Amino acid sequence: MFKYLIPLVLFAVLVAFLAIGLTRDPHEVPSALINKPAPTFRLPQLKDQTRTFSADDMRGKVWLLNVWASWCIACRDEHQYLFGYAKSGVAPIIGLNYKDHREDALAWLEELGDPYQLSAVDLEGRVAIDYGVYGAPETYVIDKNGTIRLKHVGPVMPEIWSQKVLPLIQQLNREGTK
Amino acid sequence: MSRSSLLALLLLGLLSSVAMAQVQEEERPSDDPVIEQRLAKLSKELRCLQCQNQTLADSPAGLAADLRREIREQMKAGKSDQEIVAFLTQRYGDFILYRPRVTFTTYLLWFGPFALLLGGLYVLFTYIRQRRDTIAEKPLNADERRRAEELLATSGKERA
Repeated sequence: MFKYLIPLVLFAVLVAFLAIGLTRDPHEVPSALINKPAPTFRLPQLKDQTRTFSADDMRGKVWLLNVWASWCIACRDEHQYLFGYAKSGVAPIIGLNYKDHREDALAWLEELGDPYQLSAVDLEGRVAIDYGVYGAPETYVIDKNGTIRLKHVGPVMPEIWSQKVLPLIQQLNREGTK
Repeated sequence: MSRSSLLALLLLGLLSSVAMAQVQEEERPSDDPVIEQRLAKLSKELRCLQCQNQTLADSPAGLAADLRREIREQMKAGKSDQEIVAFLTQRYGDFILYRPRVTFTTYLLWFGPFALLLGGLYVLFTYIRQRRDTIAEKPLNADERRRAEELLATSGKERA
């Protein structure tokens, strides 16, 4: 009797594996940089080209780095929500304008509004390589010690914000610096 | 198709081409043929993260071109292939490698098929042995022989 159950059990195991596989997004690459120091960089700012921005400027603050570009279609979906996130005041959002033409980027902010404290310009995508960016938009949560705590690939939609990002920021805001 | 829908299509095409305008400097191969050779070999082992079923060597994606530029620069700076692979996996994880590393988490991937093969061979041989035992001809004992003869005798009678 038991012998005839073996194929059934094997089949159930196979189905379970396939079912788990269906719930996973193969495009989501696990980030190698979680809990690692955020790579330092110094880049010119988008609006005021005479000034630069460095990741070190944000020491002691929990902040968000949002990779965006005017050519990135999903960034357009995400953009409207960034205002609310910025207004909540839990963490400043810094934009990383990724491989974008300056006039296109400025026109985009003109058209859709600017939720960023500032945007840094990564024209050649070098800083993006350091951060392991492979598809805009991407958002990094960086803590007071300059450690990357979360990476989200794709638009940060409101449910992702309220379930994943906001609770983490609130927790990190309570933590002190080392 | 009406004129207005044609126009709409044309506009759509224009819009999407505007939307895709990414800053991409032209890819400049290195003057050093050795670097190009090393790049060609190495980039076949690396995955383009934008179009995940293509290697860095084949991919036309902007990110792939940037990574090839990065690799060329590092090779020019005298980095070894291992150092470059380490640089990339630090940023993109093991996922960028087409040939997964042998680590604890990939044991099943690397050795699972061999374990399945061994398991299959075990099942096959036990089955064959069992079957050989069941079909092996054993001489009949006296009782069995008598019963067989009886049966044959009755069936012979019936047929007659």
